[in-house]
Amino acid sequence: MSEDRGYRHGVRAVLPLAVAVFGFGISYGVLALASGMGSVAPVVMSMTTFAGSAQFAAASVLGTGGSAATAILAAVLLNARYAPIGVTVAPWLTGGVWSRLLHAHLTVDESWAVAAEGHGRWNPRVLVAAGAGIWVAWVCGTVIGVAFGDVIGDPNRLGLDAAFPALFLALLAPQVRERVPREAAALGAAIGLVLTPFTPAGVPIVAASAACLLGLVRSDA
Amino acid sequence: MSTVWVVVTVTGVATLALKAVGPVLLGGRPLPARVTDVVTLAGPALLGALVAIGTFADGRTLVIDARVLGVAAAAVAIQLKAPVLLVVVIAAAVTGFARALG
Repeated sequence: MSEDRGYRHGVRAVLPLAVAVFGFGISYGVLALASGMGSVAPVVMSMTTFAGSAQFAAASVLGTGGSAATAILAAVLLNARYAPIGVTVAPWLTGGVWSRLLHAHLTVDESWAVAAEGHGRWNPRVLVAAGAGIWVAWVCGTVIGVAFGDVIGDPNRLGLDAAFPALFLALLAPQVRERVPREAAALGAAIGLVLTPFTPAGVPIVAASAACLLGLVRSDA
Repeated sequence: MSTVWVVVTVTGVATLALKAVGPVLLGGRPLPARVTDVVTLAGPALLGALVAIGTFADGRTLVIDARVLGVAAAAVAIQLKAPVLLVVVIAAAVTGFARALG
């Protein structure tokens, strides 16, 4: 019974996020098509890489005539945060290797945030259900985007670029009710902003994860 | 293989490797208490950075543009306990509207 509730809770919690991610998927499809990636490669990338910001970065590098190596480096740097994120969920993944790989693939910012239960606990059933919902929305959105890209035009005109940080802010809000997490969020934001002018995209986000070292000095709080 | 497919293949494999390194190597085993104290804060730290960078970064420069209005409106909506989808729509609408005016 409780297992069932875990999956169902994941799907319910992720539905509103999936609608937003569907919109981001459309804007990614439009951008990827405009950057000359064709219509099949963006959809395959959404199914396999399955990470919004990295895919946007790769498409914009290719669209501005950058090399494959530059596009890959940008995308990999943006996804480097998934190494520490993977470590946070690892203790709760008790299945075999294939099950753990599936959970890893379905771990994205949104499913990870929804599955967080506080105090270092993550719910694997919520993670996999929420991740599957986000995956379907992201892939379907990409398909719509590449299919109708010529009709839709520039998605940023509609303010979709501001929808990203707004979504992350909504995911952050329930996690910062206490003082120490609030300090970690502020420190992470500060590290990210300070490093932005001096490092390639993605590096500031990875460096911001150092803010969680506050846990060592404030673990008594 | 064309440039595009090289990017798609290598990025896909590298991303899965990054995501899987923790779960495959450490899966199912509890982390030491000190490490748990640290990972508890990984969510707030990373999400805080994603909010700040998404709001103020334009490539490698920091700018104040229409996004700030959208995210500020989103913060008010979150404070008023608006559902997530409404929060996102408000952010996009306010930003798009400000851009259309500006």
